Amino acid sequence: MGASNTAQSGTPGNNKRRARVLTVTSGKGGVGKTTTTANLGVAFARLGYRVVVMDADIGLRNLDVVMGLENRIVYDLVDVVEGRCKLRQAMIKHKQFPDLYLIPAAQTRDKTAVSPSNMVEITQKLRDEFDFIVIDSPAGIERGFRNALAPADEVLIVTNPEVSAVRDADRIVGLIEAANRGPAQLILNRVKMDMIRRGEMLSPKDVTDILAIQIIGIVPDDESVVPSSNSGIPVAMNDKSKAGIAFTNIARRLTGEKVPFSVLENSGGFFSRIASIFGGGNAN
Amino acid sequence: MPSLIDRLLGRTRQSSAHTAKERLQFILVHDRIDLPPERLNEMKEKILAVISEFVDVAIDDVDIALRQNDRNSNMIVAEIPFAHSLLSDEERDENDDMELPLLTEKDDDDDDQPTP
Ligand SMILES: Nc1ncnc2c1ncn2[C@@H]1O[C@H](COP(=O)(O)OP(=O)(O)OP(=O)(O)O)[C@@H](O)[C@H]1O
Ligand SMILES: [Mg+2]
Repeated sequence: MGASNTAQSGTPGNNKRRARVLTVTSGKGGVGKTTTTANLGVAFARLGYRVVVMDADIGLRNLDVVMGLENRIVYDLVDVVEGRCKLRQAMIKHKQFPDLYLIPAAQTRDKTAVSPSNMVEITQKLRDEFDFIVIDSPAGIERGFRNALAPADEVLIVTNPEVSAVRDADRIVGLIEAANRGPAQLILNRVKMDMIRRGEMLSPKDVTDILAIQIIGIVPDDESVVPSSNSGIPVAMNDKSKAGIAFTNIARRLTGEKVPFSVLENSGGFFSRIASIFGGGNAN
Repeated sequence: MPSLIDRLLGRTRQSSAHTAKERLQFILVHDRIDLPPERLNEMKEKILAVISEFVDVAIDDVDIALRQNDRNSNMIVAEIPFAHSLLSDEERDENDDMELPLLTEKDDDDDDQPTP
């Protein structure tokens, strides 16, 4: 690649890349890691970046389905690791976005089929050609989590405003610090503003007070999410979806753009109220 | 008990989010130092047993708690006051002046004096 300038990652249109590896993890299952990974992938691609999303949930592959790419899979991550195919052959190009690729997990193997150093090797091979590599971690703190964490430059912790999910997120924060991958950033998913107003749900401020980490996104609980995964079209492709806008804003913040939470104000006034919870409308 | 303003604004159920936050803070202090509440109690009892071998402690006023400033700054904060019987003789006399019911032998005489 004949790049003339020493570009950083996160600059669309540059020839010379140096991808940032973002690992999406949570501790507790079912809080929205896969949804987040798929949407960040789409959002980065729409913003003009070259991106690979990788499913590290060996044995419970999901990211392909959420992205609508399940029918195109020939090879997977374990095939790459075990030398049955070249890395290229396991990379599935997205239908709409030629700069968005998926590396699927194996469905019939277990997590021990991949090691942390395999993950580091694979991401190293991709770094020069992409801007972002987003890794979908499995739930838990076992081998699959360690696989996903090993190559991470940055970690995004997804949680829900619930006691058990926040507790598990805290455990992950500690493990990430111990592994020198911190400081992690927080994505609070499935937020219901009306419940917060009624005092029935932890607010973003409550959660950040407790976890003491930077928050990079607040994603509403949104009825458009389930139908979008039904059809394999992530909400970030839909400019009218509030969750889609929230995921896109996370991607923009990750590229260094200052996106105040108040700017997220959309039809329902949801985010202006979120902003007021932060006491000024800017949490980044 | 929610304030009148809270009730007027319909915020009477504020408590469940508040409860969640308080429970989490309690849980996480113990999670982060890997010491469950039951073990903390065991530790307190042992600390008090050791101290009590040497001095008399006002058991009811003992306060041993975990304090957390942030994730990596945890401490045990203990307030372990001595029992009254440890006071020196001078202090006993002072206490006598303050009419504490520590020394009963000559109390009768003293008590009669203010009300002739
Ligand atoms: N913001 C949201 N609004 C509504 N539904 C959501 C939202 N985020 C996720 N969901 C739904 O929650 C469910 C779990 O999401 P997802 O599969 O992304 O979680 P996960 O953390 O990857 O789970 P696992 O730990 O099993 O891998 C899905 O049905 C998804 O559609
Ligand atoms: Mg998942």
